[in-house]
Amino acid sequence: MTTTAPAQPSTTLAAGTLLDFRNVAMQFPNGTIALQGVDLIVKPGEFVTVVGPSGCGKSTLLRIASGLEVASEGTATVGTKRIGYVFQDATLLAWRTVSKNVELLAELNGMKPRERAAKAQEAIALVGLGGFEKNLPRELSGGMKMRASLARSLTLEPELFLFDEPFGALDEITRERLNDELLKLFVEKQFAGLFITHSVSEAVYLSTKVIVMSGRPGTIVGAFDVPFPMPRDPDIRFTPEFGELVGEVSHALREGHN
Amino acid sequence: MSLLSSEQVASTASVEDAVGQSRATREARIRRSYSRRSAIWWPPVIVFFLLIGIWYLIATYYDKVQGLPFLVPYPHLVITKGFLDPLFGPQLLADLGNSTQVALTGLAIAIVIGVAWATLMSLAKWLERSLFPYAVILQCVPILALVPLIGALFGYEFASRVIVTVMISVFPMVSNTLFGLQSADRAQRELFKLQGASKATTLLKLQFPAAMPSIFLGLRNAAGLSVIGAIVGDQFFQRGTPGLGVLIQVATARVNGPGTYAAILTASLLGIVVFLFFGWLARRVVGKWYDL
Repeated sequence: MTTTAPAQPSTTLAAGTLLDFRNVAMQFPNGTIALQGVDLIVKPGEFVTVVGPSGCGKSTLLRIASGLEVASEGTATVGTKRIGYVFQDATLLAWRTVSKNVELLAELNGMKPRERAAKAQEAIALVGLGGFEKNLPRELSGGMKMRASLARSLTLEPELFLFDEPFGALDEITRERLNDELLKLFVEKQFAGLFITHSVSEAVYLSTKVIVMSGRPGTIVGAFDVPFPMPRDPDIRFTPEFGELVGEVSHALREGHN
Repeated sequence: MSLLSSEQVASTASVEDAVGQSRATREARIRRSYSRRSAIWWPPVIVFFLLIGIWYLIATYYDKVQGLPFLVPYPHLVITKGFLDPLFGPQLLADLGNSTQVALTGLAIAIVIGVAWATLMSLAKWLERSLFPYAVILQCVPILALVPLIGALFGYEFASRVIVTVMISVFPMVSNTLFGLQSADRAQRELFKLQGASKATTLLKLQFPAAMPSIFLGLRNAAGLSVIGAIVGDQFFQRGTPGLGVLIQVATARVNGPGTYAAILTASLLGIVVFLFFGWLARRVVGKWYDL
């Protein structure tokens, strides 16, 4: 078994593949096996969602992909250095205004002040936060904080976007609205996405492919292609086909759980 | 450059944004009304006059019944024969200056040592484990036990008074700074890590800003303690240009009741002023994003 340090573009990576997990396993020093035998591929143009019960190792998957953790077994290869990572919390810095927060990643990458300000401004407009540049995070609602967090990652112009249950803490209405906007960004910016959630309908609505995981140890128990075209009509949620697919995924989820 | 049409932005963002903004303004209003309520000035003033009244009662008791008026002098005597006395007043002012100098010098050194110590500990777990016990030990050492040694080593003047002040006030700086530096949450650290930020960058752009509220809290406590340190230091080291601590002793020895009380009140006032100043400074610096 070889373990490739993630975030290092590998020569063995099939052309155009952004993320390639082969037989990835993760065992923590305390003995907990978080992942086992995970094979997962994300290609350009794909939006892959991983759905599973809490504590099934979904987040670990992202942490390996981003390089925050190294898989204890198997190979995890990432085909780009431009990776966006959206955390569960907005993780905004409380002392920075929205625009300074959005500039942060570019700033850490050594981009010049004027350049990164322009980039931040563009990203802020893109997520619909225009007019709130000078506000502090404490003055924003949960949804607006998440928008700011999204804008911050957008400044990196990611090829691969990793989302760790970003909308899990939001109310249903805000979540659906942000889902719509995320999809628009996906269509416009053409990044590939790997999205973690425990909401089946969110998974089906957002993705081109839904992966179902079971818990402890986390293994993939099902994969579903989502046939609906992009850009997606929000009303697709109310079609029988959508409901059917949600049912199938839920079923797989329940089976994997037992 | 929005990819959403302006109409969509209006329809999708405005509802939520309006909610967010109105919530923000409402919270601001609540905050403001709270601070206005807490700024009502008359209850403490009433208490002040009550205390003065009680003081007069006790002073009368000591004057008429005990016949020891210097033990608890009347408040007006404290003003006329203490603060405004042509000999004692200027001495009081000069000693206040000396004590302030000791307190602020000690505080400045305690800040530098405390922040440096805490920063060093925040760099690695093993450093924290190695160094934190000594901060606790320093806190636990009875200063009184060390006094003869400090005097013998550093003399009985300014330097020794400052050393005592530093020893008394450094602990809150160390512990609060360390706590603050560790207060940035894991995801925020990882955000920096993902961009390959160096330890120095993370310290400068994440940990120090995040630590500011906690540092200011430590600063306020350390400032109060530095005044105590300066007065206590005076009691032990009386050469050179001593301050309020020595003045209190001298006034007491001369059975100068009003002078003793005037000096004690001045020392207390110095502590209060320093405490309030750093509270104000904290609100100025971090009050915008942190409720102190």
